[in-house]
Amino acid sequence: MARELWKGNNAIAEAAVRAGLQAYFGYPITPQTELLEYLSWRMPELGRAFVQAESELGAVNMVYGAACTGARVMSSSSSPGVSLMMEGLSYLAGTELPAVLVDVMRGGPGLGNIAPAQGDYNQIVHGGGHGDYNMLVLAPSSVQEAVDLTYISFDLAEKYRVVTVVLLDGSIGQMMEPAEMPEMRPVRRLPEEAPEWAVTGAMGRQRRVLSSIYLQPPEEEEANLRILKRWQQVIANEVRCKTYYMEDARFAVVGFGSAGRVALSAVRAARAEGIPVGLVRPITLNPFPEKILQQYAGQVESMLVVEMSAGQMLEDVRRVVQGRVPVELCARLGGIMPLPDEVLDAIRSLARGEATLEGHPRDRWLQRMSLLY
Amino acid sequence: MVMSDIQEEVVYQRPVSLENTVTHYCPGCTHGTAHRLVAEVLDEMGIREKTIGVASVGCSVFAYNYINTDFVQAPHGRAPAMATGVKRVMPDRFVFTYQGDGDMASIGMGEIVAAAARGENITVIFINNTNYGMTGGQMAPTTLPGQKTTSSPTGRDVEVQGYPVRAVELLSTLDGASYAVRRSLHDPKNIRMAKKAIRTAFEVQARGLGFSVVELLSICPTNWGMTPDQALNWLEQHMIPYYPIGDFKVHEAIANLRF
Repeated sequence: MARELWKGNNAIAEAAVRAGLQAYFGYPITPQTELLEYLSWRMPELGRAFVQAESELGAVNMVYGAACTGARVMSSSSSPGVSLMMEGLSYLAGTELPAVLVDVMRGGPGLGNIAPAQGDYNQIVHGGGHGDYNMLVLAPSSVQEAVDLTYISFDLAEKYRVVTVVLLDGSIGQMMEPAEMPEMRPVRRLPEEAPEWAVTGAMGRQRRVLSSIYLQPPEEEEANLRILKRWQQVIANEVRCKTYYMEDARFAVVGFGSAGRVALSAVRAARAEGIPVGLVRPITLNPFPEKILQQYAGQVESMLVVEMSAGQMLEDVRRVVQGRVPVELCARLGGIMPLPDEVLDAIRSLARGEATLEGHPRDRWLQRMSLLY
Repeated sequence: MVMSDIQEEVVYQRPVSLENTVTHYCPGCTHGTAHRLVAEVLDEMGIREKTIGVASVGCSVFAYNYINTDFVQAPHGRAPAMATGVKRVMPDRFVFTYQGDGDMASIGMGEIVAAAARGENITVIFINNTNYGMTGGQMAPTTLPGQKTTSSPTGRDVEVQGYPVRAVELLSTLDGASYAVRRSLHDPKNIRMAKKAIRTAFEVQARGLGFSVVELLSICPTNWGMTPDQALNWLEQHMIPYYPIGDFKVHEAIANLRF
């Protein structure tokens, strides 16, 4: 398959189709709407299910129903819409069902705006819904990576019976880049190829019930532990992370998605200035690349977290590094992407030895931000 | 005459589609009647193995403990959306939701209206007992004017708390709805009529005609503070005048079906 110019949202939709997507349920919201529009003709063309739902609440519960049959199913939305889906995501987790959600993040809180942001980090990575659960979170930084991660997201969801979230910001959803599409996989036949837990009609077998209710507390605790045990396997097997220039680095920048990509430009510029800095770009945000960061905490003098949210990932990096080295923050919010020069300035500050374990890095960042407004 | 000369004929037995189990419902509750009617219809149509139920939240959250089919269990109010998801990937299966009045006519009003408007080919069994039974009898959208509940202790004041919702009439106005009727479970004659309506609703689905809903007027003796007998009388005297039994939408293709 040749490289073609693809818009991020369309590319993700086509990658899902090629991964064997059987049903899509969604609702329009900028900046992910092209995903819905693309699938509105692509799915019927292939004889697969597409419904434009009445709301994100409707969409996620349609996903919930279709997931119960063992079908490969997906929804997509953007930050405010994803907030509405939290109920369904918790139920999917409680029922131990695989499904895929694409979240093309925008500025918030509230209605916010339609510009790129990463403010959904906490609600996706740490779970915005009720109860103890985890979602497997994949964070691409290019259209090609969005295609590749979407393509494997269904396999991961099914292997561990979790919801996989492809988490990107509006810039990747909206930008056009060359990308190569994976091959078209056959669609699962139902009920013949349904997994052994799926609800497909009790044809010649014992009936099955899929539910997230365990009225007896010991049963609920046991179910929670079962889910957590499966998640431990995800932690053991599925951490993905890309590093750049880290072999001899004395300073590390940590950023995911678009922020990671901007940070890479800054890291290259800093290298050109002779600053020994590298980039750690987590691809799985949950599970978080803890061991890798712990390892680098023993190598570098200080770290810089670059994100398009107010220090949400910063807290995860601080938790992992445990005060062994200073961690500073370079962040822009509300739909503003950091410029490479801003990140480069922050790297220079690290190189000057200005990073400190004193106080909280968010306070220093806020002080710098106060010069802007 | 010896015993073997007596010809025995089974005239009444538990439907295969109804589990042999102990009820968790209160004495006199009509959920049991409604469950049995659904089960009898599934038996008679021979579709038990091709049916997937969607339980809701409320007293009937455990509908799957009684109705002997594959089942999923929806978040509060979302059963029609979940049923949509099931039906769209398995269109040859019979999919029904079983929802109470709080579930369908309050928190789930968006999902039920949208499913009906889409003409989703599912069947909805809607139990109206004028209150939130499971949480202890709070005011529901269906609570009658003046009716006392634990959250309208002086009686529903329509000036403050608004008016009851006639959900089936509302749904019947949508072009996607092919069958929208109300029946009652307060006496044997009406129970027989209710069963015929449930059968018709599943026949609508079998023919791919779209959305079907059967509202069943039901009692909640525990939360109403009545004996089952008093509750059945109260239903007849107070609910039926507000919620008339009748057919509000009947697709012409099934208008002449008789069972």
